[in-house]
Amino acid sequence: MAKEFRTLLTEIKLPYELAYGATWTKFFEGMKEKKIYGTKCSRCGRILVPARTFCPRCFVDTDEWVEVSPQGTVLTWSYANYRYFGMPMDPPFISALIKLDGSDVGFLHIVAGFDLDDFEVVRQTVKTGMRVKAVWEDERKGHIMDIRHFEPL
Amino acid sequence: MANRVAIVAVSQNAGAESKDNFYDQAYRVVKDALDKAGMSREEIHTVVSASSDIFHGGISCANAYYWESSAAFLKPGSRQDGESLFALAYAAMRIMTGKHDTALVVGLCKGSENPENDTCTHMFTDPFYQREVGLNETVAAALQMRLYMERFGVTHEQCARVAVKNLGNALRNPYAHKKGIYTIEEVLDSKRVIDPLTAMQIAPKSEGIIALVLASENKAKKLTDKPVWLKGYSSSLDTFNFGDRDLLNGQLKNAASRAYKMAGITNPRKEVDLAEITEPYAFQELLWCEDLGFCERGDGGKFIDSGATQREGALPVNASGGVLANNPYVSRGLQRAVEAFLQIRGEAGEHQVGKKVRTALAHGTHGFAGQCHAVAILGI
Repeated sequence: MAKEFRTLLTEIKLPYELAYGATWTKFFEGMKEKKIYGTKCSRCGRILVPARTFCPRCFVDTDEWVEVSPQGTVLTWSYANYRYFGMPMDPPFISALIKLDGSDVGFLHIVAGFDLDDFEVVRQTVKTGMRVKAVWEDERKGHIMDIRHFEPL
Repeated sequence: MANRVAIVAVSQNAGAESKDNFYDQAYRVVKDALDKAGMSREEIHTVVSASSDIFHGGISCANAYYWESSAAFLKPGSRQDGESLFALAYAAMRIMTGKHDTALVVGLCKGSENPENDTCTHMFTDPFYQREVGLNETVAAALQMRLYMERFGVTHEQCARVAVKNLGNALRNPYAHKKGIYTIEEVLDSKRVIDPLTAMQIAPKSEGIIALVLASENKAKKLTDKPVWLKGYSSSLDTFNFGDRDLLNGQLKNAASRAYKMAGITNPRKEVDLAEITEPYAFQELLWCEDLGFCERGDGGKFIDSGATQREGALPVNASGGVLANNPYVSRGLQRAVEAFLQIRGEAGEHQVGKKVRTALAHGTHGFAGQCHAVAILGI
């Protein structure tokens, strides 16, 4: 659309190097070994995944490392079929909060492994409460996408 | 509250794209607010701005754009990020110290210049765990919406009715960005952007420079014969990690109950005459109505079906069209306070509600699926 006054197209691109710290480093090292680690808060008893140094609710150090299951239950899901600048993966994709067995919070990841292009298929396949399991990448880098996705069990 | 603080004048600009640059646009709105208050720049003692500088502006030094435009040059001012209603509370507190008689609150957002909302909100996520799996504000809302519908049996139609109501109300609001007469079917048949949300249930990206002039009790009575008092305020902020949160039992109840207590409100259904709620996703208006105590838990769908929240209903919600009609991302909470002010004064023009508004609630939310909420109670 022609504009009455000029506009300036500009972009900001800045590199940052963020520290993982001890706890998150151990979590991501675990991912390389196909292990999903949580930590337990001895005060409220919750097992938090991904692992935390402290429990944000109780504000005390977590004091026990726990390996949780790569299987879990879908708490809720959405089906994204739009694009925006900076989107990290091509749509369509399914975001889901998954309660991994042996943990007490939702783990955010994607659900795939079947035809995502047809929403009717998706609606038939994906349900709140469905059981899913992690599908691992062959080459793992200590990254959240070492889990390629979760697929229906 | 001791040391009462009033809003004495407000100004805002229209939500659609303006040909003005940010710098001039902010000046015009602030100037208009001062003119309405009958004040010069020198009579403003302190300034608090609400902005989000890099993502919603594209420049890291916000002062370059809008400090002098906000009449703040050489003044003891401060800048605030996050939910813009915080800036209202911050400015009020500066007056309540007794050190300042007047304060200017400026919310700054020129949405037309910014990337899409989700390009920005995607950057709100942590890059270790949540960004790479695609979380953004709309994904989070869609996850919350499905949970809400399945838990309480709220229907797609009830969610869509919020968009029908608000876009219809917006027809009477000259500042609103999106407006029109639509059917529930049209809302549900709009693009399935992110199931269960369709395009018309998602707020746009709008412009919104907002200015409010605040004054101490003595000063307010000299400046206007219709001061609108800040009677209560609170906020509450949930944990960041998305999976840790109970998405249907968020922090708005806490923020609201504390604000009600401060304002002496014991029965919000009877004592709040009108509410302006931040509902960037249609269903959230229903959920927030529950959290605000306007209806029982799980009854948000029935509540809108009852007609209570319509412009001529018992408790009008978003008579202005709300955020679905006008979404200046950064300043949308402050815009709710502006609308509440106008309704209390009887100055809302064509979208003025029929009933007398003595007490109005302004709500802002920031972060995903209502991570952070702020509630202000305004009244005469």
